[in-house]
Amino acid sequence: MSGLLEQLAIMLGRAPRRPLKVTETAAAIHAAKRGRGVKRAELLEEIHDANENHTWRNRRWMVLIGINLLFTLSFWVDIQILEGSLTASRFIGFHLADPYSSLLVVLSAKRVPVNLAIGAATIALFWGLVGGRAFCSWACPYHLVAEWAEMLHLRLASRGIVRDHPIHRATRSVLWVAFALLTLLTGYALFLVLNPIGMLSRALIYGPSLALAWVLLLLAFEVLYARRAWCRYVCPIGLTYGFLGAKAPLRVTYDLESCAHEGECRKVCEVSHVLELTIKGRAEDAKMDVGPDCTRCGLCVDICPTGALRYELKGVKRLL
Amino acid sequence: MSEGRAPALPPQSKKAKPPRLSREQEQRRQVLRGGVAAVGLLLLQPLAWIPVVRRWRERLRPPGALVENAFLGACIKCGQCVQVCPVEALVLADAKDGFGLGVPYIDARRQACDFSCDALSCILACPTGALSHALHTKEEVRAGVARLARPDACRARKGEGFRGLARGDRFSGRLRYEEIDRWNPLPVRDHPYDREVCDLCVIECPIGEEAIQLVPFDDGSGQRRMTPWVKRGCVGCGVCEMICPAEPAAIVVDARAEYGEGRGRDPGNEARGPLEAAPKIEADET
Repeated sequence: MSGLLEQLAIMLGRAPRRPLKVTETAAAIHAAKRGRGVKRAELLEEIHDANENHTWRNRRWMVLIGINLLFTLSFWVDIQILEGSLTASRFIGFHLADPYSSLLVVLSAKRVPVNLAIGAATIALFWGLVGGRAFCSWACPYHLVAEWAEMLHLRLASRGIVRDHPIHRATRSVLWVAFALLTLLTGYALFLVLNPIGMLSRALIYGPSLALAWVLLLLAFEVLYARRAWCRYVCPIGLTYGFLGAKAPLRVTYDLESCAHEGECRKVCEVSHVLELTIKGRAEDAKMDVGPDCTRCGLCVDICPTGALRYELKGVKRLL
Repeated sequence: MSEGRAPALPPQSKKAKPPRLSREQEQRRQVLRGGVAAVGLLLLQPLAWIPVVRRWRERLRPPGALVENAFLGACIKCGQCVQVCPVEALVLADAKDGFGLGVPYIDARRQACDFSCDALSCILACPTGALSHALHTKEEVRAGVARLARPDACRARKGEGFRGLARGDRFSGRLRYEEIDRWNPLPVRDHPYDREVCDLCVIECPIGEEAIQLVPFDDGSGQRRMTPWVKRGCVGCGVCEMICPAEPAAIVVDARAEYGEGRGRDPGNEARGPLEAAPKIEADET
């Protein structure tokens, strides 16, 4: 359990540390790899191939666009499958609600609406099984536009035009509490006014709005100043899903043996602290799960030149 | 992603080159940036308070809406109410409404709530109870009260009838014309009127004579004319405001107003009944 607590602490903002204890198998692998430098040069070909591989990203984008299209079409063509927006909706009649937005509404209204509780519980259960922050990379429309902004940021950064200014990750944890407390004190779900996910989701369904200016401002900030700032350092919705998926069976798993430690995965990762276990000498065990902050986006799975990072559905092997 | 591997061109400006920092310095900067970002975001939020506190926009809210502050606090801004409304009377407010962002309202002149749904679908769709489930029938709704805002523009009071399309041939609003189609609201522009004395607000009122009636009044010159009389059955749905052929509408709905509020001196109000406050819904009981 201390492993889980450690992982949650890292998600809340603590820097990952060198492991205190390493299993014998892992120690043996570490020992065998010692003295051998990271053979980037030898891997170059594989790295290059991996860079061309967008299998999971493309699948994910299709799912993400599909989900948001289902919302839009449910309204525009009135197919009535997924009605509402990402903050709350009904899927063929069943209530769904975003857990953090629901919490804020409960705190501001100071009562628990039954339908909202049912909706939030359903969503918590679903993403708890499918992988917590998988919501972010597989459903959230802001994640997609932020990915595009990130591409632009990286392109500009590679030319030295912009530079990333990392922000302390504990900011997100502090804001999670602050937004909730403010809501309790004022009686308004204040955060929902800043929430680019809701704005974007509503704009996609009900038509563009002035509120999109705020979304553009955030994206500009991410391009020019801090890479993926909203998702990394602010979004309380994402953090909530992180908690919900802390024990999710769908994980990205890491295989120490086959890892070449060249570090391509950490460069593409939105939450690279979860991949610090791929740094040489950091892994506690020969096989490890990537932490709860992982959005299961699969960019690392796509880019890993040695196949050391993979998707895995825990317990399936045991069931079969 | 190919960007990660893009060949490193020589930096074009020296400014973009990151300064060498010790671990502690970098850590301190990250904390500082985090502090500035958090404080910035938290200070930004009260800006959204201004339109609410200053009451920049008095919005006509959907049936069953809680009192304004409770309503804004309880709404999760999902728009499910918008989706179920058969006449699409509900729209979500934009950033100019501050905390009202993403909260539904009705622009009655554009499209009023005509209760085509019968069942108060918006209330049933609301997952948070921001639209109170305490209401079951349209007669219980108290969204506001209609008021003859421009009596001089009222055709009935001028003794005029009305022939033609109430709002012209380009008006997109719809209304339930029960005698033609019980189940589907029809475009107002497809439904010409021919009335000897203009009484559109009265004949199209979804509530009926409990809410509005045409009554005779003396305009001072000794001529007997007719005037609409808003009664305490008025639910504030806004159909009278939508259908009024005067431009701008002679009759409007005052959002969240209570019956009789501040209108004792309106001309043509001699026949007004006793004042009676509309029940306020503070919170949903269910």
